[in-house]
Amino acid sequence: MTSSTAAISVRGLRKSYAGREVVSGIDLEVLPGEIFAILGPNGAGKTTTVEILEGYRERDSGDVLVLGEDPAAPQSGERTWRNRIGIVLQSVNDAADLTVAETIHHFAHYYSAAKDPDTVIGLVGLTDKSSAKVSTLSGGQRRRLDVALGIIGSPEILFLDEPTTGFDPEARRAFWELIRTLRDEGTTILLTTHYLDEAEALADRVAVINKGRVIEIATPDLLGGRADALAIVTWSEGGTAHSAEAQNPTQFIHELSARLGGEVPDLTVNRPTLEDIYLRMIGEA
Amino acid sequence: MSIIRLGLLRGNLEIKQFMRQRESVVFTLAFPVILLFIFGSVFKNTIAPGVTFSQYFVAGMVASGLVNTGFQQLAISIPMSREVGTLKRLRGTPMSPISYFIGKAIVVTAAMIFQVALLLGFGALLFGLHLPTDPSMWLRFTWLILLGSACSTVLGIAFSSVPKSGRGASAVVSPIVIILQFLSGVFFVFSDLPKWMQDIAAVFPLKWLTQGMRSVFLPDSFAMKEAGHSWELGKTALILVVWLIIGTILSIRTFKWSDE
Repeated sequence: MTSSTAAISVRGLRKSYAGREVVSGIDLEVLPGEIFAILGPNGAGKTTTVEILEGYRERDSGDVLVLGEDPAAPQSGERTWRNRIGIVLQSVNDAADLTVAETIHHFAHYYSAAKDPDTVIGLVGLTDKSSAKVSTLSGGQRRRLDVALGIIGSPEILFLDEPTTGFDPEARRAFWELIRTLRDEGTTILLTTHYLDEAEALADRVAVINKGRVIEIATPDLLGGRADALAIVTWSEGGTAHSAEAQNPTQFIHELSARLGGEVPDLTVNRPTLEDIYLRMIGEA
Repeated sequence: MSIIRLGLLRGNLEIKQFMRQRESVVFTLAFPVILLFIFGSVFKNTIAPGVTFSQYFVAGMVASGLVNTGFQQLAISIPMSREVGTLKRLRGTPMSPISYFIGKAIVVTAAMIFQVALLLGFGALLFGLHLPTDPSMWLRFTWLILLGSACSTVLGIAFSSVPKSGRGASAVVSPIVIILQFLSGVFFVFSDLPKWMQDIAAVFPLKWLTQGMRSVFLPDSFAMKEAGHSWELGKTALILVVWLIIGTILSIRTFKWSDE
């Protein structure tokens, strides 16, 4: 059974290609208005899962509801259902002979509640490029156009498949700001990424997927027992580097300081990063 | 917005894109005209009383024009759109696939009208093509164009599933069109071709379209010179309708929105 209050709910999802199972029983629920990130290495089944949710692929088994409808056969009709979702695909290289403005204005006609095209061009930071041919855009600008086409229809759910690949750091921050704005307007966002800082900066909850299964779903700060993980204290003593895991780092440093007679040379205290936790979870560390 | 209105908007967009692609404009629109100049200028011999080869050739090129702007253009451009992800993106929007195909039909029709007008204009001005004065001939011309272009369009959409990649599409599609033109009596007088070539060509629509166009633009006496010693218009209509049905069914069954 799938819950009807969730924006997206997935139970026991399975999918094989030519006898090789790439999705092996995925369960997850995305709540209305949250930013939900799917993290996982290449080949983990992220894109297949998302493409089933987007209605691009058929599943072998399991229950899937997106906005209360089965993406494989929406009861309200495919066009009605698609009018409520927005999709930013991983790689699109199209419409090269049209300008940015022509492309976005055209796509606005597809949706019943489209946003103002020029506002959207501004939102994604392409105002200066609005009369440029799409073929002349840089990789990052093209990606922002993809995002503009994904949000032009005021979607209730926005799917983003590795949205910031090829962005420079400044563009990524601007993009994150845009995604937060959309969330604040009530849009539910499902994104796949392999950037851990992106998941940490954006996501309300993260699902880590590996080998077609969900390993864990949690908020970024609780993932993999991160909050309870031991702190790692490093320092220098007698010219050599030392490190220790400490249950109570304050207590530990207090004692260390007393032993070394005041200032502890080269002292650092670290919690494991999301990356450390993630690599441990997918078995790469 | 309604499916039809969106289809019209797509048509407008497709024409805009078509005109901005120099290759498509040159190869689809200008190339047949260039061929007309070359063949029309080289082969000025008379093939029957009152009929020069260039007149024969222009009629064949008008028929080929329908194949170039419909079948060839679609069977190359759709795999390219598929390869770059355009089709997958469109599939993810609420736009109906029907609107997409209406748009394609509009760009194909626009290109066909433009091409046929160019060929007829140059053919009449430079190569002695007689434009008929009898309205019934123009009526015949109209149904041949309508049926031929519809056939060419659906077969182009159907064939768009064959090329494995967008970049390779032209290499798969263009030779087929050129061979078909040779077999179907565009570059040579059809009745001069070996019997086995005529038999192969008779399976495909182009042979019948060229013959139909000759029935419009050549004197009625030439009918005796045709392979069947008549214009065979009934048979032409029947074969085009059969291909139209086959093409429509194949298009619906095999159309792919992405390469996976």
